[in-house]
Amino acid sequence: MLEPDTKHSRLHPVDVARIGLAGLRTGRLRAALAVLGITVGIAALVAIVGVSESSKASLVAQLDRLGTDLLTVQPGTNFVDVTQNELPRRAPAMIGWIPPVRHVTQTVSTTAAVRRTDKVPPYETGGITVLGASTDLLGALDARLAHGSWLNSATANYPTVVLGAGAAQTLGINHLEPLVAVWLGQRWFTVIGILRPVAVAPELDQAALIGLPAAHDFLGVDTHPTTIYVRTDPSQTVAVRGVLARTANPANPQDAVVSRPSDALAAEIASKGAYNTLLLALGAIALVVGAVGIANVMVMAIIQRRTEIGLRRALGATRRHIAIQFTAEALILSALGGSAGILAGILTTVGYAHARHWSATIPPTLIPGALAAALTVGLTAGLWPAIRAARLAPTDALRATT
Amino acid sequence: MTPAIELREVHKRYGTEAHVDALKQVSLTIETGELVSIVGPSGSGKTTLLHIMGALLRPTSGTLRIAGRPTSSLSDPELSALRAYELGFVFQNYVLTPGASALENVADGLLYCGVSRRERLRSAHEVLDRVGLVARTTHIPTQLSGGERQRVAIARALVGNPTLVLADEPTGNLDTQTGAAILALLTSLNADGVTMALITHDPDVAAAAPRTIEMRDGRVIADRGTDANTRRA
Repeated sequence: MLEPDTKHSRLHPVDVARIGLAGLRTGRLRAALAVLGITVGIAALVAIVGVSESSKASLVAQLDRLGTDLLTVQPGTNFVDVTQNELPRRAPAMIGWIPPVRHVTQTVSTTAAVRRTDKVPPYETGGITVLGASTDLLGALDARLAHGSWLNSATANYPTVVLGAGAAQTLGINHLEPLVAVWLGQRWFTVIGILRPVAVAPELDQAALIGLPAAHDFLGVDTHPTTIYVRTDPSQTVAVRGVLARTANPANPQDAVVSRPSDALAAEIASKGAYNTLLLALGAIALVVGAVGIANVMVMAIIQRRTEIGLRRALGATRRHIAIQFTAEALILSALGGSAGILAGILTTVGYAHARHWSATIPPTLIPGALAAALTVGLTAGLWPAIRAARLAPTDALRATT
Repeated sequence: MTPAIELREVHKRYGTEAHVDALKQVSLTIETGELVSIVGPSGSGKTTLLHIMGALLRPTSGTLRIAGRPTSSLSDPELSALRAYELGFVFQNYVLTPGASALENVADGLLYCGVSRRERLRSAHEVLDRVGLVARTTHIPTQLSGGERQRVAIARALVGNPTLVLADEPTGNLDTQTGAAILALLTSLNADGVTMALITHDPDVAAAAPRTIEMRDGRVIADRGTDANTRRA
């Protein structure tokens, strides 16, 4: 026989998990309901973080695609002398001399309207603007064509037009074969291409683009630039921005408005952070509700399982063993709820991102983080009932049986 | 030889102001190999005595030795270890784990003894054979009769080879015939060397034990039996 001094009550961790699971099996419905609170809370947290991260990632990707190196120059609004509003014809060439500038291109506005046919009344413009465009516009803006081709040095001289994505939709044109023509100004223009949406220059989406020579020849437009697009060395964008107004319009630099299209996106990305806090707080409230649910289940379990506690004490369980068992049950519950919540949150994120044509982005720390949050909730909710169970006098627990 | 359990002037008082003295200066010794029945009317202190002998309750004063070991200075983990290794319990209403098989229930008798699950199940199988339930190992408690359930509970108490088995009304919930069978099992286990103390109301059970301790108002008023008589002399 062993010396009594060397004997200790022992409970193997595997057995902790086993009796914890067995305990939960006896109250399945109750356990399922308790788990639901944690599931909802964790799902909300994961979905909120996942969706806003996906949206942010798609904006960042968009920003990357656009580049932050694009600047635009437009005439300002001078109410005193309207002619001063125009940017000088030489502005693009002058800007091209600034060393970090890599591309300069421009559009010229016209007063012409574009209609599906000549039978459509002239005032029904559909909000489409007709712009003269340099042949290098497409490359400078990284714009893509959905159909057809872009203006080249030949087609720019002829009555041909490339429609922005929105403009094509407004006119009801979604194919180029057989040949499609639109009534532009006072003549038919052949549609040779349709653009995809241009993120960096959304104003082009509602535009009909014709060559600069064509604008001059057919519409009689003078070629003062309306918008000058400038691509710079990315590291020098801020420096270029500083000198751009003076270069574009040396006589009246205050009338040249310089902007950076990516700024709007950057602001949107920054605003995603603020959006998070409120929703995260809502998710946290759901978690607190889940914690109360688990605590409730544990307190109920301990009242209903006094006999079991007494039996275990009689079999040699220490107070610690009892506390560990009930804490383990709370942890198993919260881990189950947390895992279900993580799964639901990921599915929500993927579904939402898919609907928005984003790629779903789950930050790598989100899953362990969410699981840790669920376990922390389980531990917090389960610890006090577990300690109460451990403090129960074994005789009281056994007396409940008779 | 070391007695299985030894009580010296054990006193148990419940409450502080309006107190009740459940046990009054009880001294008794149970030697290894004995079968002792403890009888007495309700409120005579026999359940308190059993709980104190089972280290589930600490005496207010007096000393208790289990397997030769004084218990007054022991911590909760040390007392728990005594229960795990030295003591086995049988309760009136069996107290089995509802969804678990007879084998699992018996194996739980070793759950806190640091024995591997495989070894626990192996020992449980052996003991179930010993109590005549080897054909019922996979049955869960609701599939077993009252007598079978009590056999499972007895097997669970025995599986750790305890120094002393404490039984609280082991036949209390059973009809006469089944009760007699359980009693026969207990006496045959005692004949095989298991030391046992059992609380009972049943005169047949008391009569079957070689030694009977009678209690009233927290005192031992009679201690009849061959061993006890020699000790008294």
